[in-house]
Amino acid sequence: MSTQVTEQEQAEAEEESTHQRRRLAEKAERQEVRDRMRERAETDLERADTVFDLKVFRYDPDIPEKEDPRFDTFPVPFTKGMTVLDALMYARDHYDSSLTFRHSCRQAVCGSDALFVNGTQHLGCKTQVVDLGDSEGVPGQIRVEPLPHQEVVKDLVVDMEHFYDQMDAVEPYFDADELPSGELEEQRQTRENREKIKMSARCIWCGACMSSCNIAAGDNEYLGPAAINKAYKFAMDDREGENRKQERLEIIEQEHGVWRCQTQFSCTEVCPKDIPLTEHIQELKREAVKNNLKFW
Amino acid sequence: MYEHDVIVVGAGGAGLRAAIAAHEEGADVALVSKLHPVRSHTGAAEGGINAALRDGDDWTDHAYDTMKGSDYLGDAPAIETLCETSPEEVIQLEHWGMPFSREDDGRVSQRPFGGLSFPRTTYAGAETGHHLLHTMYEQVVKRGIKVYDEFYVMDLAVTDEADPEDRSCHGCVAYDIKNGEIVGFEASDGVILATGGDGQAFDHTTNAVANTGDGPAMAYRAGVPVEDMEFVQFHPTTLPSTGVLISEGVRGEGGILYNAEGERFMFEYGYANNAGELASRDVVSRAELTEVNEGRGVDDEYVYLDMRHLGDERILDRLENILHLAEDFEGVDGLVEPMPVKPGQHYHMGGIETNEHGETCVSGLYAAGECACVSVHGSNRLGGNALPELIVFGARAGYHAAGRDYGEALIETGPSAAIEQEDDLGAPVEPGALGPTDDDVAADGGEKAADGGQLTGTTETVHAAVERQRQRVERLKERDGRNHAEIRQKLQKAMTRWVNVFREEEGLKKALEVIKECREEYQDVAVSDPSGTYNTDLIHTIETRNLIDTAETIALGALARDEFRGAHWRAEHQERKDDEWLKHTMVQWNEGTPELYYTDVILEGAEKTYEPKVRSY
Repeated sequence: MSTQVTEQEQAEAEEESTHQRRRLAEKAERQEVRDRMRERAETDLERADTVFDLKVFRYDPDIPEKEDPRFDTFPVPFTKGMTVLDALMYARDHYDSSLTFRHSCRQAVCGSDALFVNGTQHLGCKTQVVDLGDSEGVPGQIRVEPLPHQEVVKDLVVDMEHFYDQMDAVEPYFDADELPSGELEEQRQTRENREKIKMSARCIWCGACMSSCNIAAGDNEYLGPAAINKAYKFAMDDREGENRKQERLEIIEQEHGVWRCQTQFSCTEVCPKDIPLTEHIQELKREAVKNNLKFW
Repeated sequence: MYEHDVIVVGAGGAGLRAAIAAHEEGADVALVSKLHPVRSHTGAAEGGINAALRDGDDWTDHAYDTMKGSDYLGDAPAIETLCETSPEEVIQLEHWGMPFSREDDGRVSQRPFGGLSFPRTTYAGAETGHHLLHTMYEQVVKRGIKVYDEFYVMDLAVTDEADPEDRSCHGCVAYDIKNGEIVGFEASDGVILATGGDGQAFDHTTNAVANTGDGPAMAYRAGVPVEDMEFVQFHPTTLPSTGVLISEGVRGEGGILYNAEGERFMFEYGYANNAGELASRDVVSRAELTEVNEGRGVDDEYVYLDMRHLGDERILDRLENILHLAEDFEGVDGLVEPMPVKPGQHYHMGGIETNEHGETCVSGLYAAGECACVSVHGSNRLGGNALPELIVFGARAGYHAAGRDYGEALIETGPSAAIEQEDDLGAPVEPGALGPTDDDVAADGGEKAADGGQLTGTTETVHAAVERQRQRVERLKERDGRNHAEIRQKLQKAMTRWVNVFREEEGLKKALEVIKECREEYQDVAVSDPSGTYNTDLIHTIETRNLIDTAETIALGALARDEFRGAHWRAEHQERKDDEWLKHTMVQWNEGTPELYYTDVILEGAEKTYEPKVRSY
């Protein structure tokens, strides 16, 4: 008896949910709000000296009209100093508030807005629109897509889980063999050693490097440049001690570790923090050779 | 429903430190955050962490500097806790591997900062916050602490007794950004709010887009007073076109400010004859704007910050990040030309009222970091004091929530600590929520009980909060109406125009009128994206509601405080009125109407009593 009631309730709930889905789907097709938003943009467009087209990849598995991936084009009035992120925000706030992308600090430290802009990985916030043009300055069109080789969640948002998993795989935390005895005594570190790890510590986890890497695209288990760089940061830190360094080298010289790298330099080219990723990977390869000459 | 002993909302510096502390104390702890932890705004902090580490320095000197910097509006027990504890917390970070800049002997470097009597600002290049954030996140990973990232906390699950001091918090409600589910989080030992700043209430800010005052707004609507909200710090050196921060480290290392005439105005016009560029932030911000207002600004907007004379080597060693920021965001090469700078909103001294253990007046609800006001910064925060605040009070909130006994707090919280009530503010509009409409579930989100019934049980409270938020989201998504972006921009413009570095009565009243208009327009707000996947339209809509509430408390506090103290400058009142105003402003959401009352500033510390002195630099 009670089972029947549950079934009936469940059927009702399902019907309700189908009904709601239909109403929401209808809403996606309604134009009124977008028309109003566009009206706000019209005066900006009339006043602007230069208007360029922002062409953006769109996809949403939840909305029938966006299930098939497509590009939308938004005319954006150019202002001095405008970045790709500014242009995206303009499009979202003036044409279509469902336009979805990650962003937060807009000063190149949070690593949220790595995007594929005109065919290359960039941080949206530190990419000036003028720099994407020809010698005349502002470009006629900018094309923005989600990072390649990552599953698209919606519009420009990609699934970062795999990236985070790879970062986790290198045991990404400091592990000193022993700490100084005095409670307020720091572990001494030479300026040179700090210099050595400085660049590796700059990584903001944007994922641009992973997305640019052909090897990572073909081998899902490859640790990839970001995670190897993270391992580098600890392996090269003199404060950790030899035992831990040994363990770290064992992680990075595994089958899907540093040896997968084919020195194509794409990661180094796209890194928005100028981290010499390829160099770090090569250095770890050398360390691994010195360590125990193990190859696959 | 997810269940944990301690739930930490927000995973920046304070949240991560709180989670580690609660975990060390044996609690099952979870971090719930709308951003992945490494995306938090703590990562944008540049300058450094103050801690009395060296011979010749002492934490009591740090406490004295902080009290003076606060313009005597900080509470001595909180300031002494901060300064006494920060050395061990900084060394703890070092032991966790934080890559601090180093001296020749291998110890961590320290440098001078504004308002400090000793070079006690410990740093890691000009990207201290980035390293601090990542170092602590690494420790969270090491300990296996559960992180719910990209979960947007929309409301707290608080019981609905009439008196806020009788209420208790049992958890919170979050929106799973990836799939649109609304889920309850039940906390048996406590909820710690560590949601950061609310700089997005202004349109020129160093703050991240995510800094929308969610914590203070939720706590405020749950009945917790917000404290000293009128004290907003404007940082004197932000890039004009974006608001990107140029660290005080530049001036700490010897950077010089010039006006359009090439004059070193901090000295030439007597703004700070001793400290010059290293006067405290409020002093330098006002000096810059005065230069601009008197026609000596560049392009009528900004002044120059010059570091070329420091030499390439020193700049590259200690300020390299600044070169990148100036280049990327302003197109200026700091090695060969001066950088344009102007004041921008930077930090909120005010926030959720807490005592020195991180507790609020609602039992089980804690707050730490920028969203909280304990208060250590009073009316003006010294550079390098935000990061120690995060770790010291983040840790204390975490330990306390997980059961550590700190004894009785010296700072009283809640309405019973009131010394007086402000009856008539002379505000031009009736502030606060509008009368109920059919859609108030959607536009409000502030009521506690779904059915008006008394809520006392733990799970019941969380379920009711979940149900209410579910209805709210459904309504917001179903109906048609205004877009949040329009309302948010209007609010931000009004705040920057009228509640900025310079404030006058008429402007503050105009700001309150615009805030009221924003509330009215928000009654019709709708989410036009119906998607259940990564719906940022919905999140920004709810954030905008939070900004309206925090902006109103800022403007109300500013209108009420008719004196000039710290960052709060008033045209009509050019003096600090110690007889009348050595007190904290509290704003409390009383069923939708903000009520103002005051509590005493505590100037007696364990070490000494801090006598207010004229602040000169």
